[in-house]
Amino acid sequence: MMKNIPLTALVGLIITSLYFAAALLASWIAPYGMAEIVGDVWEPSSAEHLLGTDNIGRDLLTRMIYGGQTTIFIATMGTILSFVTGSSLGFLAAVLGGWADQLLSRTVDLIMAIPSLIMALVILAMVPVTVPVLILVMGFLDATRVFRLARSVAVDINVMDYVEAARLRGEGGAWVIFREILPNALSPLVAELGLRFIFMVLFISTLSFLGLGVQPPLADWGGIVKENKDGIVYGIGAALYPAIAIATLAISVNLVADWVLNRTTSLKGGRG
Amino acid sequence: MSDGMLKVRGLKIGATVYPPGEKPHDIDIVHGVSFDLEQGKVLGLIGESGAGKSTIGLAAMAYGRGGVELTGGEVWVNGRDILQSSKGDLRSLRGGEVTYVSQSAAASFNPAKQIMEQVTEAAITHGKFSKAEAESRAVELFDKLGLPDPQNIGKRYPHQVSGGQLQRCMTALALCPEPDLVVFDEPTTALDVTTQIDVLMAIKDAIRETGVAALYITHDLAVVAQVSDDIMVLKMGEMVEYGTVDQIINAPKEEYTQALVSVRSIDHEEKAPAGVPVLKVENITARYKGTNFDVLKDINVELHAGQTLAVVGESGSGKSTLARVITGLLPQKGGNVHFAGRDLNPVMRTRPREDLRELQMIYQMADTAMNPRQTVGTIIGRPLEFYFGLRGAEKQKRIQELLDEIELGQGFQDRYPAELSGGQKQRVCIARALAAKPKLIICDEVTSALDPLVADGILKLLLDLQKREDVAYLFITHDLATVRAIADSIAVMYQGEVVRYGPKSEVLAPPFDDYTDLLLSSVPEMKLGWLESVIANRKMASAGN
Repeated sequence: MMKNIPLTALVGLIITSLYFAAALLASWIAPYGMAEIVGDVWEPSSAEHLLGTDNIGRDLLTRMIYGGQTTIFIATMGTILSFVTGSSLGFLAAVLGGWADQLLSRTVDLIMAIPSLIMALVILAMVPVTVPVLILVMGFLDATRVFRLARSVAVDINVMDYVEAARLRGEGGAWVIFREILPNALSPLVAELGLRFIFMVLFISTLSFLGLGVQPPLADWGGIVKENKDGIVYGIGAALYPAIAIATLAISVNLVADWVLNRTTSLKGGRG
Repeated sequence: MSDGMLKVRGLKIGATVYPPGEKPHDIDIVHGVSFDLEQGKVLGLIGESGAGKSTIGLAAMAYGRGGVELTGGEVWVNGRDILQSSKGDLRSLRGGEVTYVSQSAAASFNPAKQIMEQVTEAAITHGKFSKAEAESRAVELFDKLGLPDPQNIGKRYPHQVSGGQLQRCMTALALCPEPDLVVFDEPTTALDVTTQIDVLMAIKDAIRETGVAALYITHDLAVVAQVSDDIMVLKMGEMVEYGTVDQIINAPKEEYTQALVSVRSIDHEEKAPAGVPVLKVENITARYKGTNFDVLKDINVELHAGQTLAVVGESGSGKSTLARVITGLLPQKGGNVHFAGRDLNPVMRTRPREDLRELQMIYQMADTAMNPRQTVGTIIGRPLEFYFGLRGAEKQKRIQELLDEIELGQGFQDRYPAELSGGQKQRVCIARALAAKPKLIICDEVTSALDPLVADGILKLLLDLQKREDVAYLFITHDLATVRAIADSIAVMYQGEVVRYGPKSEVLAPPFDDYTDLLLSSVPEMKLGWLESVIANRKMASAGN
């Protein structure tokens, strides 16, 4: 399978793995300490500071690496949470139908009617902002989107003859959901996974930029933009590095997701 | 030969395939086919699915559907090779000189436009007629095709006419621009047998009166024998036999053609009912939720162990609904289902596992009846695991036994449904049902999506299994030839009621009630002039009344 990997997917895979590797190995590869002040304010790039320094003289490359760690960790956990809750509830709604479906779907509609950023800001203003709280809030808010997709895909699959055959055999709900529906709903869900992960990265960055996300001195990409945004006025590009990081990560994750999608659809035969 | 209106020489058609896990590559799907068609003649193209018959039909319009490419040969229409024609030339050819009638009229008409607008559209855009001329020609064609109220039927929308009428409207659409050639692609396959006759007769008359040439594509030799002058038998993109109707039907030379002609000739001795019936349906009445119309009215039938009850009727007669009631998917409004000496609970969910095990079902579309993500081994193995708790080597052994029983043998366990042919898929579904060791299998149109030769194989297999396993079949079908081949007793259904019920020999012997007579006489027979004789009989009968 690996030898047939297209060039775009390969590029995506390499860049994505670089980001994830940097995040995992942050404490080994970062040249300085995360909150260590090592130079002057907004120094240009040099041999000691490859990306220069930030608004209070910390090494920007170090901040970027640790920032990536925080951002990617929160986004990944949030995505996992939203997919696990969103798709299980979505499948459940599709399989149960009737009032259970109505209850779940209308609740989700209600939550979706409120813009998620505003909802998140309100919740985070009330509770102490810690990393687990951020993950929970973002995960559950995003689960509504996954719920809608999972439910609509599962409703289609639920009426297939093979699901009816499983029911006639006497199979329980767990078998129907995890063995009959889930494998056939995987392609659209995987495609959505790439997209939702990127939305999570943007979401956490937005929150941090607004000051309600990751709290200093912990670094994250949105926070780095916030800390260095004033430098732009003086022609200092420190705030642009996180933006570039977010953009390249977004593109490369989706290149990989597209490839996974193509591979899984070809296994399905006609459907998909 | 040179003045033939359609002349095909060495036609080659190729396509690119994308097998999973392999590099895409090109294959030939039609290998050098040649034929001639003169004005006013009908050539029947016949073959199983994948024979390339539709692809050849579309090649007469220099069109390749999907990723199909016309890679070689010549197609001469009215003296010019259309494979070399410019796009502009092709535009005037398609829909003007050559027109097309597809299998599903319902999917081909735009539901948001009146029929008249769509029927006249090609003639007007090709500049053949003015709007008024085209409309008067359309009315004339509606009349010729025997549509009711030809003056006004064009004002209706597609959903306001029946399937058979819509198929005739599509024929009118194809004939309206006065084409030289019409390609009919399985125009009656999706219709009920009783409707099929009228449409066939209408098409035949219309071809004769307008004097067009026609390519008639179908998988049903009995149908093509009624309308064609010549027949070409195709298999895997190659010509098998090409001759006049008379020669192909009465003196086929090739072995494959002989098999096609003699298909549906399974001989099945009727068994007399013995002992206690395994299934007894008593006074069943049923309706769908939210409606106030009974789709089943007071149904009473019996089925004995090791025997087959065929439930026959047209679409909408309630035969599949009966299956849903018996399986408990649709709880009945009234009446009882006795099964293996006990009363079945109306709601499937509340039935004990033993009831579920002993009552299995096989579906019409094997494609959708199997989870595309499970291997054959998983599909067949699950009932073994679920009902009998078989695991590991024991389960593997039983799966292999079942695969042997359905004549598939080694190496199929790890395949996915997408890697099986249509007939093999249906066999796997049969194995899945057998795995539960059922007393009764409900077969819902199990052969109607299959090619005749493959369907024959499935029927033979089912009969064999019945002998060995002593399993009873409730066989739902609209095809009377299948019924003759497999049934011990027959229930004829019409609009939710059983209009005729009894042993096969009685049900299929005169005197008939009106509906059974209509149904029986509508099954195409493999002989010349059958269509005319049926229509003549009907006219006499209606004159007599």
